Amino acid sequence: MSDFDVIVVGAGPAGSAAALEAARAGMRVCLIERGPFPGAKNMYGGVVYGRILDTLIPNWWEEAPIQRWITRRSTMVLTDSQALTIDFRTESWGKPPYNGATTFRPDFDAWLASNAEEAGATLICSTTVTGLLRDGQRVTGVVTDRPDGELTADVVIACDGVNSFLAKEVGLYPHTDPSNFTLGVKETLALPREVIEERFAVRGDHGLDIEMLGCTGDVPGGGFLYTNAESVSIGLVLSLPQLAKGGIRPEQRLARLKEHPAIAPLIEGGEVTEYSAHVIPEAGYNMMPELISDGFLVAGDAAAMCLAAGIWLEGVNFAIGAGAAAGRTAAGAVVRGDTTADGLAGYRTRLETSFVLADHRKLRDAPHIVMSDLAQQKVPKVICGMAEQVFTVVNPDPKPGMFKILWSELRRNKMGIRDAASHGIRAARTFR
Amino acid sequence: MSATNSSTNGPSDQRSRTSDPAGDMPTSRTVEASGRYAEMSFEARMDTVEFRVHERAHIVVDGRKCVDCSVRGCITACPANLFVPTADGGILFNYEQCFECGTCYMVCNEEGAISWSYPEGGHGVVFHAS
Repeated sequence: MSDFDVIVVGAGPAGSAAALEAARAGMRVCLIERGPFPGAKNMYGGVVYGRILDTLIPNWWEEAPIQRWITRRSTMVLTDSQALTIDFRTESWGKPPYNGATTFRPDFDAWLASNAEEAGATLICSTTVTGLLRDGQRVTGVVTDRPDGELTADVVIACDGVNSFLAKEVGLYPHTDPSNFTLGVKETLALPREVIEERFAVRGDHGLDIEMLGCTGDVPGGGFLYTNAESVSIGLVLSLPQLAKGGIRPEQRLARLKEHPAIAPLIEGGEVTEYSAHVIPEAGYNMMPELISDGFLVAGDAAAMCLAAGIWLEGVNFAIGAGAAAGRTAAGAVVRGDTTADGLAGYRTRLETSFVLADHRKLRDAPHIVMSDLAQQKVPKVICGMAEQVFTVVNPDPKPGMFKILWSELRRNKMGIRDAASHGIRAARTFR
Repeated sequence: MSATNSSTNGPSDQRSRTSDPAGDMPTSRTVEASGRYAEMSFEARMDTVEFRVHERAHIVVDGRKCVDCSVRGCITACPANLFVPTADGGILFNYEQCFECGTCYMVCNEEGAISWSYPEGGHGVVFHAS
Protein backbone atom coordinates (compact mmCIF):
# COMPACT_ATOMS: atom_id res chain seq x y z
CA MET A 1 0.00 0.00 0.00
CA SER A 2 1.27 3.47 -0.86
CA ASP A 3 2.19 5.99 1.85
CA PHE A 4 -0.48 8.33 0.46
CA ASP A 5 -3.25 8.13 -2.13
CA VAL A 6 -2.19 11.47 -3.63
CA ILE A 7 1.02 13.48 -3.30
CA VAL A 8 0.88 17.09 -4.45
CA VAL A 9 4.21 18.82 -5.09
CA GLY A 10 4.13 22.57 -4.48
CA ALA A 11 1.72 24.45 -2.20
CA GLY A 12 0.97 27.31 -4.58
CA PRO A 13 -2.60 27.96 -5.79
CA ALA A 14 -2.66 24.88 -8.05
CA GLY A 15 -1.22 22.55 -5.43
CA SER A 16 -3.40 23.71 -2.57
CA ALA A 17 -6.54 23.51 -4.73
CA ALA A 18 -5.55 19.98 -5.78
CA ALA A 19 -4.87 18.92 -2.18
CA LEU A 20 -8.10 20.54 -1.01
CA GLU A 21 -10.31 18.71 -3.51
CA ALA A 22 -8.52 15.35 -3.16
CA ALA A 23 -8.73 15.53 0.65
CA ARG A 24 -12.42 16.41 0.50
CA ALA A 25 -12.97 13.34 -1.65
CA GLY A 26 -11.60 11.25 1.23
CA MET A 27 -8.07 10.75 -0.09
CA ARG A 28 -4.97 10.51 2.08
CA VAL A 29 -3.15 13.57 0.73
CA CYS A 30 0.38 14.87 1.25
CA LEU A 31 1.10 18.46 0.12
CA ILE A 32 4.86 19.11 -0.11
CA GLU A 33 6.27 22.67 -0.18
CA ARG A 34 9.96 23.53 -0.52
CA GLY A 35 9.61 26.99 1.06
CA PRO A 36 9.44 27.45 4.84
CA PHE A 37 5.74 28.28 4.34
CA PRO A 38 3.38 28.18 1.31
CA GLY A 39 3.87 31.26 -0.88
CA ALA A 40 7.43 31.96 0.33
CA LYS A 41 8.79 31.39 -3.20
CA ASN A 42 5.98 33.16 -5.03
CA MET A 43 5.42 36.60 -6.46
CA TYR A 44 3.17 37.68 -9.31
CA GLY A 45 2.31 40.58 -11.54
CA GLY A 46 -1.06 41.58 -10.46
CA VAL A 47 -4.45 40.50 -9.50
CA VAL A 48 -6.22 37.39 -8.24
CA TYR A 49 -9.63 36.80 -9.85
CA GLY A 50 -11.54 34.94 -7.19
CA ARG A 51 -14.72 33.60 -8.77
CA ILE A 52 -13.17 30.15 -9.20
CA LEU A 53 -13.00 30.06 -5.38
CA ASP A 54 -16.81 30.37 -5.08
CA THR A 55 -17.21 26.65 -5.65
CA LEU A 56 -14.29 25.68 -3.38
CA ILE A 57 -14.61 27.93 -0.34
CA PRO A 58 -18.04 29.53 0.24
CA ASN A 59 -17.78 33.22 1.19
CA TRP A 60 -14.03 33.04 0.65
CA TRP A 61 -13.89 36.84 0.55
CA GLU A 62 -14.67 37.01 4.26
CA GLU A 63 -11.46 35.19 5.19
CA ALA A 64 -8.99 35.58 2.29
CA PRO A 65 -6.06 37.93 3.09
CA ILE A 66 -6.98 40.59 0.51
CA GLN A 67 -5.09 43.90 0.22
CA ARG A 68 -7.62 45.79 -1.94
CA TRP A 69 -10.58 44.93 -4.18
CA ILE A 70 -10.02 46.22 -7.69
CA THR A 71 -12.81 48.63 -8.61
CA ARG A 72 -10.76 50.71 -11.04
CA ARG A 73 -8.82 49.34 -13.96
CA SER A 74 -6.63 51.36 -16.32
CA THR A 75 -4.93 50.35 -19.52
CA MET A 76 -2.08 52.72 -20.33
CA VAL A 77 -0.26 53.02 -23.65
CA LEU A 78 3.08 54.78 -23.32
CA THR A 79 5.86 56.26 -25.37
CA ASP A 80 8.90 57.94 -23.83
CA SER A 81 7.03 61.23 -23.45
CA GLN A 82 3.34 60.39 -23.94
CA ALA A 83 0.64 58.33 -22.26
CA LEU A 84 -2.92 57.48 -23.30
CA THR A 85 -5.03 55.82 -20.62
CA ILE A 86 -8.36 54.05 -20.81
CA ASP A 87 -9.77 54.12 -17.31
CA PHE A 88 -12.74 52.09 -16.15
CA ARG A 89 -14.33 51.88 -12.72
CA THR A 90 -17.39 50.18 -11.32
CA GLU A 91 -18.80 49.96 -7.82
CA SER A 92 -20.08 46.44 -8.52
CA TRP A 93 -16.54 45.03 -8.26
CA GLY A 94 -16.35 46.41 -4.72
CA LYS A 95 -18.91 44.06 -3.19
CA PRO A 96 -19.42 40.29 -3.07
CA PRO A 97 -18.69 38.22 -5.03
CA TYR A 98 -16.16 40.81 -6.25
CA ASN A 99 -14.02 40.55 -9.39
CA GLY A 100 -10.27 41.03 -8.85
CA ALA A 101 -8.20 41.65 -5.75
CA THR A 102 -4.64 42.50 -4.87
CA THR A 103 -2.97 40.28 -2.29
CA PHE A 104 0.54 39.29 -1.30
CA ARG A 105 1.18 35.76 -2.49
CA PRO A 106 2.97 34.67 0.71
CA ASP A 107 -0.30 35.57 2.53
CA PHE A 108 -2.76 34.27 -0.07
CA ASP A 109 -0.98 30.99 -0.81
CA ALA A 110 -0.56 30.24 2.90
CA TRP A 111 -4.28 30.89 3.43
CA LEU A 112 -5.30 28.59 0.58
CA ALA A 113 -2.96 25.86 1.86
CA SER A 114 -4.50 26.16 5.34
CA ASN A 115 -7.87 25.33 3.75
CA ALA A 116 -6.35 22.17 2.28
CA GLU A 117 -4.99 21.29 5.72
CA GLU A 118 -8.40 21.83 7.31
CA ALA A 119 -9.85 19.45 4.73
CA GLY A 120 -7.42 16.80 5.96
CA ALA A 121 -4.34 17.15 3.74
CA THR A 122 -0.93 16.78 5.41
CA LEU A 123 1.21 19.85 4.64
CA ILE A 124 4.98 19.35 4.80
CA CYS A 125 7.04 22.54 4.34
CA SER A 126 10.82 23.11 4.00
CA THR A 127 11.05 19.98 1.86
CA THR A 128 12.33 19.97 -1.72
CA VAL A 129 11.22 17.18 -4.05
CA THR A 130 14.39 16.22 -5.93
CA GLY A 131 12.96 13.57 -8.22
CA LEU A 132 10.30 10.96 -8.88
CA LEU A 133 10.01 7.29 -7.97
CA ARG A 134 9.21 5.32 -11.10
CA ASP A 135 8.19 1.79 -11.92
CA GLY A 136 8.89 1.66 -15.64
CA GLN A 137 6.90 4.56 -17.11
CA ARG A 138 4.65 4.73 -14.11
CA VAL A 139 5.20 7.42 -11.42
CA THR A 140 4.91 5.82 -7.98
CA GLY A 141 6.07 8.56 -5.63
CA VAL A 142 8.62 11.27 -4.91
CA VAL A 143 12.16 11.58 -3.59
CA THR A 144 12.72 14.47 -1.19
CA ASP A 145 15.80 16.02 0.39
CA ARG A 146 14.77 14.74 3.83
CA PRO A 147 16.62 11.77 5.34
CA ASP A 148 14.77 8.62 4.25
CA GLY A 149 12.70 11.06 2.23
CA GLU A 150 11.00 8.74 -0.23
CA LEU A 151 7.20 8.82 -0.26
CA THR A 152 4.95 6.64 -2.41
CA ALA A 153 1.52 7.49 -3.80
CA ASP A 154 -0.98 6.26 -6.37
CA VAL A 155 -1.01 9.67 -8.06
CA VAL A 156 1.56 12.49 -7.99
CA ILE A 157 0.26 15.92 -8.99
CA ALA A 158 3.09 18.23 -10.10
CA CYS A 159 2.30 21.83 -9.17
CA ASP A 160 5.99 22.66 -8.89
CA GLY A 161 5.92 25.93 -10.78
CA VAL A 162 7.24 27.35 -14.00
CA ASN A 163 10.53 25.42 -13.94
CA SER A 164 8.67 22.12 -13.37
CA PHE A 165 11.59 19.75 -13.07
CA LEU A 166 9.07 16.97 -12.45
CA ALA A 167 7.17 17.45 -15.74
CA LYS A 168 10.57 17.54 -17.47
CA GLU A 169 11.68 14.36 -15.70
CA VAL A 170 8.60 12.54 -16.98
CA GLY A 171 9.38 13.86 -20.46
CA LEU A 172 6.25 15.95 -20.86
CA TYR A 173 8.27 19.05 -21.80
CA PRO A 174 10.39 18.24 -24.86
CA HIS A 175 12.58 21.34 -24.51
CA THR A 176 12.66 24.78 -22.96
CA ASP A 177 12.33 27.54 -25.55
CA PRO A 178 13.22 30.82 -23.79
CA SER A 179 11.02 32.82 -26.17
CA ASN A 180 8.01 31.21 -24.45
CA PHE A 181 8.99 32.78 -21.14
CA THR A 182 9.15 36.25 -19.65
CA LEU A 183 10.83 37.59 -16.54
CA GLY A 184 8.66 39.52 -14.11
CA VAL A 185 10.46 42.01 -11.86
CA LYS A 186 8.67 44.04 -9.25
CA GLU A 187 9.14 46.49 -6.42
CA THR A 188 6.74 46.86 -3.54
CA LEU A 189 6.78 50.55 -2.55
CA ALA A 190 5.41 51.62 0.83
CA LEU A 191 3.02 54.58 0.75
CA PRO A 192 0.60 55.79 3.43
CA ARG A 193 -3.05 54.77 3.01
CA GLU A 194 -4.16 58.44 2.66
CA VAL A 195 -1.62 59.04 -0.09
CA ILE A 196 -2.87 56.00 -2.02
CA GLU A 197 -6.50 57.14 -1.65
CA GLU A 198 -5.63 60.62 -2.90
CA ARG A 199 -3.33 59.67 -5.78
CA PHE A 200 -5.39 56.82 -7.14
CA ALA A 201 -8.86 58.16 -6.32
CA VAL A 202 -9.95 55.09 -4.37
CA ARG A 203 -11.54 54.81 -0.92
CA GLY A 204 -11.61 52.21 1.83
CA ASP A 205 -10.55 48.79 0.61
CA HIS A 206 -11.04 49.61 -3.08
CA GLY A 207 -8.04 49.70 -5.38
CA LEU A 208 -6.64 50.37 -8.84
CA ASP A 209 -4.87 48.10 -11.31
CA ILE A 210 -2.90 49.71 -14.16
CA GLU A 211 -1.61 47.61 -17.08
CA MET A 212 0.89 49.23 -19.43
CA LEU A 213 2.08 48.74 -23.00
CA GLY A 214 5.06 50.54 -24.54
CA CYS A 215 7.18 50.87 -21.41
CA THR A 216 9.76 48.12 -21.98
CA GLY A 217 12.00 49.74 -24.62
CA ASP A 218 13.29 47.33 -27.26
CA VAL A 219 12.26 44.25 -25.24
CA PRO A 220 8.74 42.87 -25.77
CA GLY A 221 6.69 42.93 -22.60
CA GLY A 222 4.57 45.20 -20.48
CA GLY A 223 4.28 46.98 -17.17
CA PHE A 224 1.95 47.03 -14.21
CA LEU A 225 1.19 49.15 -11.19
CA TYR A 226 -1.38 48.25 -8.59
CA THR A 227 -2.43 49.34 -5.18
CA ASN A 228 -2.12 47.32 -2.00
CA ALA A 229 -3.48 48.49 1.37
CA GLU A 230 -0.42 50.55 2.29
CA SER A 231 1.89 50.06 -0.66
CA VAL A 232 1.91 49.96 -4.43
CA SER A 233 3.52 47.29 -6.56
CA ILE A 234 5.22 48.34 -9.79
CA GLY A 235 6.88 46.02 -12.22
CA LEU A 236 7.76 44.88 -15.69
CA VAL A 237 7.34 41.70 -17.66
CA LEU A 238 10.23 41.18 -20.12
CA SER A 239 10.68 38.60 -22.88
CA LEU A 240 13.73 36.49 -21.98
CA PRO A 241 15.69 36.30 -25.28
CA GLN A 242 15.50 40.02 -26.02
CA LEU A 243 16.17 40.91 -22.39
CA ALA A 244 19.33 38.79 -22.47
CA LYS A 245 20.52 40.40 -25.72
CA GLY A 246 19.51 43.98 -24.91
CA GLY A 247 22.37 44.86 -22.56
CA ILE A 248 20.09 46.71 -20.11
CA ARG A 249 19.40 44.95 -16.84
CA PRO A 250 15.83 44.38 -15.60
CA GLU A 251 16.03 46.71 -12.62
CA GLN A 252 17.46 49.42 -14.91
CA ARG A 253 14.47 49.03 -17.21
CA LEU A 254 12.18 49.25 -14.18
CA ALA A 255 14.00 52.41 -13.04
CA ARG A 256 13.22 53.98 -16.45
CA LEU A 257 9.53 53.23 -16.04
CA LYS A 258 9.58 54.77 -12.57
CA GLU A 259 10.98 57.99 -14.08
CA HIS A 260 8.29 58.23 -16.77
CA PRO A 261 6.37 61.53 -16.42
CA ALA A 262 3.05 59.63 -16.20
CA ILE A 263 4.33 57.24 -13.53
CA ALA A 264 6.81 59.16 -11.36
CA PRO A 265 4.17 61.31 -9.60
CA LEU A 266 2.17 58.20 -8.70
CA ILE A 267 5.02 56.53 -6.81
CA GLU A 268 6.93 59.52 -5.48
CA GLY A 269 8.27 58.96 -1.98
CA GLY A 270 7.55 55.24 -2.09
CA GLU A 271 10.23 53.31 -0.22
CA VAL A 272 11.14 49.87 -1.62
CA THR A 273 10.08 47.28 0.95
CA GLU A 274 10.69 44.25 -1.25
CA TYR A 275 12.26 43.61 -4.65
CA SER A 276 11.20 40.36 -6.31
CA ALA A 277 11.40 38.41 -9.54
CA HIS A 278 9.90 35.31 -11.13
CA VAL A 279 9.74 33.68 -14.55
CA ILE A 280 6.34 33.54 -16.26
CA PRO A 281 5.20 30.96 -18.84
CA GLU A 282 3.98 33.47 -21.41
CA ALA A 283 2.99 31.54 -24.51
CA GLY A 284 -0.15 29.85 -23.17
CA TYR A 285 -1.86 27.03 -25.03
CA ASN A 286 0.84 26.64 -27.66
CA MET A 287 3.56 25.89 -25.08
CA MET A 288 1.57 23.60 -22.80
CA PRO A 289 3.07 20.19 -22.07
CA GLU A 290 1.19 16.92 -22.07
CA LEU A 291 -0.83 17.10 -18.85
CA ILE A 292 -1.21 13.42 -18.00
CA SER A 293 1.06 10.41 -17.63
CA ASP A 294 0.78 7.12 -15.72
CA GLY A 295 0.20 8.08 -12.07
CA PHE A 296 1.02 11.71 -12.85
CA LEU A 297 -0.79 15.01 -13.51
CA VAL A 298 0.54 18.54 -14.09
CA ALA A 299 -1.24 21.80 -13.12
CA GLY A 300 -0.63 25.55 -12.80
CA ASP A 301 2.54 27.29 -13.98
CA ALA A 302 4.12 23.83 -14.31
CA ALA A 303 1.67 23.32 -17.17
CA ALA A 304 2.10 26.88 -18.53
CA MET A 305 -1.42 27.91 -17.52
CA CYS A 306 -0.74 31.64 -17.17
CA LEU A 307 -2.99 33.60 -19.52
CA ALA A 308 -0.97 36.49 -20.95
CA ALA A 309 -3.49 37.74 -23.48
CA GLY A 310 -2.94 41.49 -23.38
CA ILE A 311 -6.21 42.82 -22.00
CA TRP A 312 -6.57 39.69 -19.87
CA LEU A 313 -3.67 38.89 -17.57
CA GLU A 314 -4.58 35.99 -15.31
CA GLY A 315 -2.87 33.00 -13.75
CA VAL A 316 -3.76 32.29 -10.14
CA ASN A 317 -7.37 31.56 -11.14
CA PHE A 318 -6.21 29.14 -13.87
CA ALA A 319 -3.92 27.42 -11.37
CA ILE A 320 -6.76 27.01 -8.88
CA GLY A 321 -9.16 25.75 -11.56
CA ALA A 322 -6.65 23.24 -12.92
CA GLY A 323 -5.49 22.13 -9.46
CA ALA A 324 -9.04 21.49 -8.30
CA ALA A 325 -9.74 19.46 -11.46
CA ALA A 326 -6.53 17.47 -10.94
CA GLY A 327 -7.43 16.74 -7.30
CA ARG A 328 -10.93 15.54 -8.23
CA THR A 329 -9.65 13.45 -11.13
CA ALA A 330 -6.95 11.82 -9.00
CA ALA A 331 -9.47 10.97 -6.28
CA GLY A 332 -11.86 9.40 -8.79
CA ALA A 333 -9.07 7.35 -10.34
CA VAL A 334 -7.85 6.10 -6.96
CA VAL A 335 -11.40 5.05 -6.01
CA ARG A 336 -11.80 3.21 -9.34
CA GLY A 337 -8.41 1.59 -8.92
CA ASP A 338 -7.10 2.82 -12.27
CA THR A 339 -4.48 5.57 -12.01
CA THR A 340 -2.88 4.91 -15.39
CA ALA A 341 -2.87 7.71 -17.98
CA ASP A 342 -6.15 6.27 -19.31
CA GLY A 343 -7.64 6.23 -15.82
CA LEU A 344 -6.62 9.89 -15.38
CA ALA A 345 -7.80 11.03 -18.83
CA GLY A 346 -10.81 12.78 -17.28
CA TYR A 347 -8.45 15.56 -16.16
CA ARG A 348 -8.12 16.91 -19.67
CA THR A 349 -11.87 16.63 -20.27
CA ARG A 350 -12.57 18.57 -17.09
CA LEU A 351 -10.17 21.32 -18.17
CA GLU A 352 -11.56 21.47 -21.71
CA THR A 353 -15.12 21.89 -20.45
CA SER A 354 -14.06 24.65 -18.04
CA PHE A 355 -12.45 28.04 -18.60
CA VAL A 356 -8.97 26.61 -18.04
CA LEU A 357 -8.44 25.12 -21.48
CA ALA A 358 -11.44 26.78 -23.16
CA ASP A 359 -10.01 30.28 -22.60
CA HIS A 360 -6.48 29.18 -23.38
CA ARG A 361 -7.45 27.50 -26.63
CA LYS A 362 -9.62 30.41 -27.74
CA LEU A 363 -6.83 32.90 -26.99
CA ARG A 364 -3.93 30.73 -28.16
CA ASP A 365 -2.68 33.32 -30.68
CA ALA A 366 -3.03 36.27 -28.31
CA PRO A 367 0.36 36.03 -26.56
CA HIS A 368 2.11 36.02 -29.93
CA ILE A 369 0.14 39.04 -31.17
CA VAL A 370 0.68 40.98 -27.94
CA MET A 371 4.45 40.33 -28.02
CA SER A 372 4.83 41.09 -31.75
CA ASP A 373 7.05 43.93 -32.90
CA LEU A 374 4.00 45.70 -34.30
CA ALA A 375 2.03 45.66 -31.03
CA GLN A 376 5.09 46.41 -28.94
CA GLN A 377 6.98 49.04 -30.92
CA LYS A 378 4.60 50.62 -33.42
CA VAL A 379 1.07 50.54 -32.01
CA PRO A 380 1.91 52.62 -28.89
CA LYS A 381 3.58 55.29 -31.04
CA VAL A 382 0.68 55.39 -33.51
CA ILE A 383 -1.97 55.55 -30.77
CA CYS A 384 -0.19 58.23 -28.74
CA GLY A 385 0.72 60.15 -31.91
CA MET A 386 -2.90 60.17 -33.04
CA ALA A 387 -4.12 61.31 -29.63
CA GLU A 388 -1.62 64.14 -29.61
CA GLN A 389 -2.63 65.28 -33.09
CA VAL A 390 -6.36 65.06 -32.29
CA PHE A 391 -6.06 67.07 -29.08
CA THR A 392 -3.50 69.63 -30.30
CA VAL A 393 -5.21 72.83 -31.46
CA VAL A 394 -3.24 73.99 -34.48
CA ASN A 395 -4.80 77.43 -35.04
CA PRO A 396 -4.65 79.35 -37.27
CA ASP A 397 -4.64 76.12 -39.36
CA PRO A 398 -7.93 74.22 -39.45
CA LYS A 399 -8.23 70.83 -37.78
CA PRO A 400 -6.92 67.94 -39.88
CA GLY A 401 -9.35 65.09 -40.60
CA MET A 402 -9.14 61.87 -38.59
CA PHE A 403 -8.10 59.78 -41.59
CA LYS A 404 -5.34 62.23 -42.42
CA ILE A 405 -4.09 61.93 -38.84
CA LEU A 406 -4.18 58.12 -39.01
CA TRP A 407 -2.32 58.01 -42.36
CA SER A 408 0.33 60.43 -41.15
CA GLU A 409 0.96 58.42 -37.98
CA LEU A 410 1.11 55.13 -39.86
CA ARG A 411 3.56 56.67 -42.32
CA ARG A 412 5.67 58.23 -39.59
CA ASN A 413 5.99 54.85 -37.88
CA LYS A 414 6.71 53.00 -41.12
CA MET A 415 3.58 50.94 -40.85
CA GLY A 416 1.99 49.88 -44.13
CA ILE A 417 -1.77 50.13 -44.35
CA ARG A 418 -2.00 46.55 -45.59
CA ASP A 419 0.20 45.38 -42.72
CA ALA A 420 -1.92 47.26 -40.20
CA ALA A 421 -5.15 45.88 -41.66
CA SER A 422 -3.96 42.26 -41.71
CA HIS A 423 -2.76 42.49 -38.11
CA GLY A 424 -6.02 44.15 -37.14
CA ILE A 425 -8.03 41.34 -38.71
CA ARG A 426 -5.85 38.73 -37.01
CA ALA A 427 -6.27 40.44 -33.65
CA ALA A 428 -10.03 40.72 -34.18
CA ARG A 429 -10.21 37.02 -34.98
CA THR A 430 -8.20 36.10 -31.86
CA PHE A 431 -10.17 38.29 -29.45
CA ARG A 432 -13.62 37.78 -31.00
CA MET B 1 13.69 41.13 7.26
CA SER B 2 17.41 41.48 6.85
CA ALA B 3 19.30 39.43 4.31
CA THR B 4 21.25 36.66 5.91
CA ASN B 5 24.38 36.98 3.82
CA SER B 6 26.61 34.39 5.27
CA SER B 7 29.76 34.66 3.20
CA THR B 8 29.74 30.98 2.40
CA ASN B 9 31.58 30.06 -0.73
CA GLY B 10 30.56 27.16 -2.88
CA PRO B 11 32.88 24.23 -3.38
CA SER B 12 36.38 25.38 -4.22
CA ASP B 13 36.28 24.34 -7.88
CA GLN B 14 33.46 26.82 -8.46
CA ARG B 15 34.30 30.42 -8.80
CA SER B 16 31.84 31.82 -6.33
CA ARG B 17 32.19 35.28 -4.98
CA THR B 18 30.91 36.50 -1.68
CA SER B 19 28.29 39.17 -2.08
CA ASP B 20 29.53 41.51 0.60
CA PRO B 21 32.31 40.17 2.75
CA ALA B 22 32.55 43.27 4.88
CA GLY B 23 28.82 43.22 5.54
CA ASP B 24 28.58 46.98 5.16
CA MET B 25 25.82 47.21 2.60
CA PRO B 26 24.69 50.77 2.01
CA THR B 27 21.10 51.06 3.17
CA SER B 28 20.67 54.82 3.18
CA ARG B 29 19.80 56.54 -0.05
CA THR B 30 20.27 60.04 -1.23
CA VAL B 31 17.46 62.48 -1.80
CA GLU B 32 17.80 64.58 -4.92
CA ALA B 33 17.27 68.29 -4.93
CA SER B 34 13.87 67.71 -6.56
CA GLY B 35 12.77 65.77 -3.49
CA ARG B 36 12.47 62.53 -5.45
CA TYR B 37 14.38 59.51 -4.26
CA ALA B 38 17.38 58.63 -6.32
CA GLU B 39 17.45 55.05 -7.58
CA MET B 40 18.76 52.87 -4.79
CA SER B 41 22.03 50.95 -4.93
CA PHE B 42 21.78 47.35 -6.03
CA GLU B 43 23.04 46.17 -2.66
CA ALA B 44 20.30 48.12 -0.89
CA ARG B 45 17.74 46.69 -3.33
CA MET B 46 18.79 43.12 -2.55
CA ASP B 47 18.88 43.97 1.15
CA THR B 48 15.06 44.25 1.04
CA VAL B 49 14.81 40.51 0.32
CA GLU B 50 15.21 37.69 2.82
CA PHE B 51 17.52 34.83 1.85
CA ARG B 52 18.05 31.79 4.05
CA VAL B 53 21.36 30.73 2.59
CA HIS B 54 22.34 27.05 2.49
CA GLU B 55 25.98 26.02 2.37
CA ARG B 56 25.48 24.03 -0.83
CA ALA B 57 25.50 26.09 -4.04
CA HIS B 58 22.38 25.24 -6.06
CA ILE B 59 23.86 26.92 -9.15
CA VAL B 60 26.92 25.36 -10.74
CA VAL B 61 28.65 27.14 -13.62
CA ASP B 62 31.10 25.42 -15.94
CA GLY B 63 33.45 28.33 -16.55
CA ARG B 64 35.21 26.59 -19.46
CA LYS B 65 32.02 26.82 -21.48
CA CYS B 66 31.47 30.49 -20.60
CA VAL B 67 34.80 31.45 -22.19
CA ASP B 68 33.41 30.46 -25.60
CA CYS B 69 30.07 32.21 -25.07
CA SER B 70 29.54 35.36 -27.12
CA VAL B 71 26.05 36.13 -25.76
CA ARG B 72 26.43 35.94 -21.99
CA GLY B 73 22.74 36.55 -21.45
CA CYS B 74 22.95 35.59 -17.79
CA ILE B 75 24.98 38.73 -17.02
CA THR B 76 22.27 41.04 -18.33
CA ALA B 77 19.13 39.11 -17.53
CA CYS B 78 19.61 37.75 -14.00
CA PRO B 79 17.37 39.99 -11.85
CA ALA B 80 19.64 39.45 -8.85
CA ASN B 81 22.81 40.32 -10.82
CA LEU B 82 24.47 37.09 -9.71
CA PHE B 83 26.72 36.73 -12.77
CA VAL B 84 29.64 39.05 -13.47
CA PRO B 85 32.32 38.83 -16.16
CA THR B 86 35.97 38.47 -15.20
CA ALA B 87 39.01 39.96 -16.93
CA ASP B 88 40.17 36.55 -18.15
CA GLY B 89 36.92 35.90 -20.02
CA GLY B 90 35.22 33.79 -17.39
CA ILE B 91 32.14 34.42 -15.31
CA LEU B 92 31.94 34.79 -11.55
CA PHE B 93 28.70 33.83 -9.91
CA ASN B 94 26.98 33.97 -6.57
CA TYR B 95 24.14 31.68 -5.57
CA GLU B 96 23.32 33.22 -2.22
CA GLN B 97 20.91 35.96 -3.24
CA CYS B 98 19.10 33.94 -5.92
CA PHE B 99 15.38 34.44 -6.61
CA GLU B 100 15.27 30.85 -7.94
CA CYS B 101 13.50 32.13 -11.06
CA GLY B 102 15.38 30.08 -13.69
CA THR B 103 16.21 32.97 -16.03
CA CYS B 104 19.93 32.16 -16.11
CA TYR B 105 19.69 28.63 -17.44
CA MET B 106 16.88 29.54 -19.83
CA VAL B 107 18.88 32.30 -21.53
CA CYS B 108 22.16 30.37 -21.39
CA ASN B 109 23.65 30.02 -24.85
CA GLU B 110 26.11 27.24 -24.07
CA GLU B 111 24.56 23.81 -23.58
CA GLY B 112 25.10 22.68 -20.01
CA ALA B 113 27.16 25.65 -18.83
CA ILE B 114 24.69 26.41 -16.03
CA SER B 115 23.43 23.54 -13.88
CA TRP B 116 20.58 24.64 -11.73
CA SER B 117 18.38 23.00 -9.13
CA TYR B 118 16.28 24.17 -6.21
CA PRO B 119 18.02 24.87 -2.91
CA GLU B 120 17.49 22.55 0.05
CA GLY B 121 14.02 22.69 1.56
CA GLY B 122 13.42 25.71 3.77
CA HIS B 123 16.38 27.59 2.28
CA GLY B 124 16.80 30.22 -0.41
CA VAL B 125 14.58 33.20 -1.09
CA VAL B 126 11.66 33.97 1.22
CA PHE B 127 9.20 36.58 -0.06
CA HIS B 128 6.90 38.46 2.30
CA ALA B 129 5.27 41.35 0.43
CA SER B 130 5.12 40.35 -3.23
